[in-house]
Amino acid sequence: MDFQLTDDQLQVEDMVRGLSRKEFAPRAAQVDEESRYPAENHRRLAELGLLGMLYPASFGGSEAGPVSYAIALREVAGGCASTGVGMAVTNMTGEAIFRFGTDAQQRRYLPLLSSGKGAGAFALTEPGAGSDAGGLSTFARVDGDGFILDGTKAFITNGEHAIVTIVMALTQKSPRMISAFLVDAGTPGFSVGKREHKMGLKGSDTVSLSFEECRVPKSSMLGAPGDGLKVALSALDGGRIGIASQAIGIARSALSAATGYAKDRSQFGQAIGEFQAIQWMLADAATELDAAQLLAYRAACMKEKGLPYSKEASMAKVFATEAGNRACNAAVQVLGGYGYIREYPVERHMRDIRVTTIYEGTSEIQRLVISRALCR
Amino acid sequence: MVFDLTEEQRMIQETAREFARKEVLPKAAELDETSRFPGELIRQMAELGFMGIAVPEEYGGAGMDNVCYAIAMEEISRACASTGVIMSVNNSLACDPILKFGSEEIKREYLAPLASGRKLGCFGLTEPGAGSDAGSQKTTAVRDGDSYIVNGTKNFITNAPNADTCVLFTMTDKAKSHKGITAFVVDMKWKGVSIGKHEKKMGIKASPTSSIVFEDVRVPAKNRLGNEGDGFKVAMNTLDGGRIGIASQAIGIARASFEDALAYSKDRKQFGQAICEFQAIQWMLADMATEIDAARLLTWRAAWMKDRKMRHSKESSMAKLYSSEMAMRAAVKGVQIHGGYGYIKEYPAERHFRDAKITEIYEGTSEIQRLVISAALLKG
Repeated sequence: MDFQLTDDQLQVEDMVRGLSRKEFAPRAAQVDEESRYPAENHRRLAELGLLGMLYPASFGGSEAGPVSYAIALREVAGGCASTGVGMAVTNMTGEAIFRFGTDAQQRRYLPLLSSGKGAGAFALTEPGAGSDAGGLSTFARVDGDGFILDGTKAFITNGEHAIVTIVMALTQKSPRMISAFLVDAGTPGFSVGKREHKMGLKGSDTVSLSFEECRVPKSSMLGAPGDGLKVALSALDGGRIGIASQAIGIARSALSAATGYAKDRSQFGQAIGEFQAIQWMLADAATELDAAQLLAYRAACMKEKGLPYSKEASMAKVFATEAGNRACNAAVQVLGGYGYIREYPVERHMRDIRVTTIYEGTSEIQRLVISRALCR
Repeated sequence: MVFDLTEEQRMIQETAREFARKEVLPKAAELDETSRFPGELIRQMAELGFMGIAVPEEYGGAGMDNVCYAIAMEEISRACASTGVIMSVNNSLACDPILKFGSEEIKREYLAPLASGRKLGCFGLTEPGAGSDAGSQKTTAVRDGDSYIVNGTKNFITNAPNADTCVLFTMTDKAKSHKGITAFVVDMKWKGVSIGKHEKKMGIKASPTSSIVFEDVRVPAKNRLGNEGDGFKVAMNTLDGGRIGIASQAIGIARASFEDALAYSKDRKQFGQAICEFQAIQWMLADMATEIDAARLLTWRAAWMKDRKMRHSKESSMAKLYSSEMAMRAAVKGVQIHGGYGYIKEYPAERHFRDAKITEIYEGTSEIQRLVISAALLKG
């Protein structure tokens, strides 16, 4: 048992925290206000090797490992949550290609993703297939030496800016067989639909994707035929550590804003931080966020060691995102009326963090994963 | 960052788990029912080195680290929370302050018998009028030549009726308030020391709790821990460690609630299927398991920091606050999953429920933990 971060991990923490505070945080309110994709942040992430943290340098990655990745994502999200989720999905896409891709696929896409030429996207969800991801209906039919994709994907993060999208589709209807495909931006028949107007994470583009007679070569299949759900679930296990980290980053920023405010704000003749009503909220938020961080680190360490970690990733995600939501809600409460207006960042934090209990597996799906592991 | 246990930590986990399952668990219901002090278990635990786990071997301890202590505490408390707290008080509240603040002579005389488990310790801080406000001590110690004359009453003292040694807090200079508190090591057989009424409690019934009355007790000056006025520091420092023990006890109780409920939910059939097939039950189990893991990580982090001599007040308070409130939530769910069977004594769920409650109260209430944590946050 050793709770000390390595020197490399501390260095990543230091570097990314500096970057996020100096460059991302100051722009975050404006990015949110304008619902603008922060391309300049994406470029900076690429320059610092933060878009390919989970594969080796031979493919343009920085191979920093799951723990450093969790740290970096937390720090980025603490400054700008929209930038954080973009970074998370690009890293997740790259990792899936690294893990399941052919040599040609790896050589083609990984350097593009890590160098920030474009984002990566992951298209599993459909209008009728959310938590029940296996119920998707996008179909890929064999056509000569390729496939023709038909269907619609919904709520796809990075969808508009992606250079490559991992698309899950049925390759056989009975018995159902799902396979994964790598689809290039601009492929004829592949179009990006409307951009969703969201409660938070407004700088992150969330779109629907449609595939109409979209022809992709056989070589675009990621993994073997029928590997689609395996690819998806493996990516999501790692992704959940990422979303847990994102939530911790957002919530820590909210807690830090609330703590600062509690020291400055005077009411009834004293700083409101002198009142137990306020102290209690701060103490609970700090305690739960520390617990969340330890759960996320544990899952990341297990992943780093190559151990099975689905249950632990789900525990980290459900705990961190729910604790993070509570912390952000408490932060708004501590700031009172000022917590509800845009001059202070906590109202954005509260909107941004809300989605973390929903995407990459709702809290309900995490509890299913955990209880299945327990009741087995 | 390494989440694996060391060889030694794994070993004590196995030893403690095995001992708890074979020797402690079968007796837990009877101990609770009869409110009987488990003397035979304490003797066996002494042989295993559990009564002074983090005390160096030269002072009769097992010479292991505080993570080992947390691990063993969890395992013993998993089987019997009463036995757990007897162990925790001896380790954290009796041995630890003597080790840290006692003179060499005092360590030889008092620590070695406590750490080896030949004798049992208790911790006399709380008074009828000094609970969370531990600084408002009324027990006095007045200097008289080479000794002090102690008068006063301590209450709610765990282990007191069976204790040989007490780490006692007194007021030596009332004008200085909490800076006028002084700690001593007191032999419970000394003239003027008497045990007051045994409390009847909701839970942890096999752990004896009583008041101690001190009437003109003569305590040699060499039995002082630290200097005059150091007492509050000794107490707070000691409780930083004690909270790791109670957090571990709480995790043990929560595990008992969880493991019993899990087993029950797999067996129990309603509406044609095992109740663990229902999401209503699955959700409770998933939350219990997740929160138990979170609590354990907070607790082991605090223990690890203590081992490295890092300041860990805030982290110990976080561990204690979270683990104890988590244990209460888990105990509520444990009873709920058992339904009517959770409310009767044939199943242990109701005992876990009663045992869990104390962890939110002693060694600093949840409210005191939140004060410690928020003070650290607002200072920064």
